Amino acid sequence: MAQKKITTPLTDEVVKDLKAGDDVLISGPIYTARDAAHKRMVELLDKGEKLPFDIKGHLIYYAGPSPTRPGNVIGSAGPTTSGRMNKYAPRILEAGSKGMIGKGEMSGGVQEALKKHTGVYMAAVGGAAALIAKSVVKNELVAWEELGAEAIKKLTVKDFPAIVVQDCHGGNLYQEGVKKYQRT
Amino acid sequence: MREISSKDITKAVKDLCVDANYNLGEDVQDALRKAYEKEESPVSKATLKQIIDNFEIAKQGEFPICQDTGFGVFFVEMGDQVIIKGNNLFDAINEGVRQGYTDGYLRKSILADPIERKNTGDNTPAVIHLDVVKGDKLKIIIAPKGGGSENMSEVKMMKPADGVEGVKEFVIDKVKRSGSNPCPPIVVGVGIGGTFEKCAEMAKRALLRTIGSKHSNPFYAKLEEELLEKVNKLGIGAQGFGGTQTALAVFVETYPCHIASFPAAVNINCHAARHKEVIL
Repeated sequence: MAQKKITTPLTDEVVKDLKAGDDVLISGPIYTARDAAHKRMVELLDKGEKLPFDIKGHLIYYAGPSPTRPGNVIGSAGPTTSGRMNKYAPRILEAGSKGMIGKGEMSGGVQEALKKHTGVYMAAVGGAAALIAKSVVKNELVAWEELGAEAIKKLTVKDFPAIVVQDCHGGNLYQEGVKKYQRT
Repeated sequence: MREISSKDITKAVKDLCVDANYNLGEDVQDALRKAYEKEESPVSKATLKQIIDNFEIAKQGEFPICQDTGFGVFFVEMGDQVIIKGNNLFDAINEGVRQGYTDGYLRKSILADPIERKNTGDNTPAVIHLDVVKGDKLKIIIAPKGGGSENMSEVKMMKPADGVEGVKEFVIDKVKRSGSNPCPPIVVGVGIGGTFEKCAEMAKRALLRTIGSKHSNPFYAKLEEELLEKVNKLGIGAQGFGGTQTALAVFVETYPCHIASFPAAVNINCHAARHKEVIL
C-alpha cells in the first residue's frame, strides 16, 4: 500500500502513476459538486457554454458539507455516493477534469472514460466527515449558492486522505479487494 | 392521566437531534473497535482507524459524525395515560427537528417535493412512527437516516414456498449488490412477515437494537447469527475496499402474516448507526 502525495491541478503523468489501492494525500484546490450541480454543469456543456470554474486538471469532490460553525472553515465534509454521478462523470472528464473523489464503485462507462481521458477516481472514507473536515484549509463559494449544501465550492485542502479505487489503467479496488477476501 | 407539555417534547427532540448526530452509541463504538481488531485487510483496517478517529472528533461537539445528518426518523411510544398540552405531538416533534438541525449546525437534507426537489430549509418534516402503549410515559426514539444506506434498501413480496432459505438468499444478495454504497461496515435490519409497509417498518425498527443483543426467539437469534456470518464472508469490507468486516450486526424482526403472503424487507444502516432515545 504505497502512500503518495499529490497536488492539484493534476497532470496526465501524475494520474498515470496512481494505481488502485494507493493511499493518497491530496493538497490544493478541489471543487465540490453533487447531484443538482452536476445536472446544471452538464446542461451548460450541452449548450456549449462555459462551466463556472476552470475545470482543467481539477478534481470534483462529490460532497455536500454540513453547515459551517462560526470560526470554522467548514462543517463535516465527507463524500457522498458516487454512483449517482455515473451518468455525468464521463462528460465532466471530457471537459478537462482529471478525476473525482467520492465513495462507492462507479460504473456505466466511467471506467472506460477514466482510461480515455486519463482520469482517476479516488475514495474518501464515507462517514469520516469530521476527520476530513480537518484537512480543509479554505472554503469559497464558486456558484449556485441557492443549491445550499449542493452548491459548487472550491475547497483548498492539505493532506486530504483518499484511496485510489478506479485508475486509468483499468484497475478497480472494489472488485479486486472483494475478490481477495470473499469466502464461499 | 398525566400531562406533558409540547414545549418539553420540542426541547427533548431538539437535544436528541444534536446528541444522535455528534455522539455515536457506545455499542456501535465498541463494535467498530472490535471490527478494527479483527479486520484482515490492511486497507480496510486503515479505513476503520479513520472511522474510529472520526467518531472521537465528533464527540467534541463541533463536527457531526457525518455530513449527511439524515432524515429525522422517529419511533414514538405514547402511554395511554398521557395528555399533551399545547401543540399536537407531531408539530412538537417537527419544531424540535427544526431547532435541533438549525442550532446544531446539522445539514438540511429534506426536499419539499420529490420531483420539484426544493429544500424545506429546516430538515422537516420528520417521519414519525407512533405506537400507543400502556402507561403514563412518552418514549421518543430518533434514528437520523442517511441517504446512502437508505437507498440500498428493499422490500420483496416473496412466495410462502420460498421459506427461510428464500429470506437468507434475499438478504445476502441485497447486501452483495449494495457493495460499497451503504458505507460498510453496516448494520442490517431485516423484516419478515406482516404486510408490505409493516415489513419495511420492521426492517427499520430492527436497526434500533443494541449491537450485541440477541433475538428473544432462539430460532431467529440463530438466523441473525448465520446471516451475519454469511454477510461477512462476502468480502466487501470497510467501504467496500475488500475485507472480512462487512457488517457489525444483522437484526431480524417478525410479525404475523397473511396465508398468501411472505414479505421480507432489508433496511441497511451505515457504520454511523445513529439512534438515541428519551423518556418523558
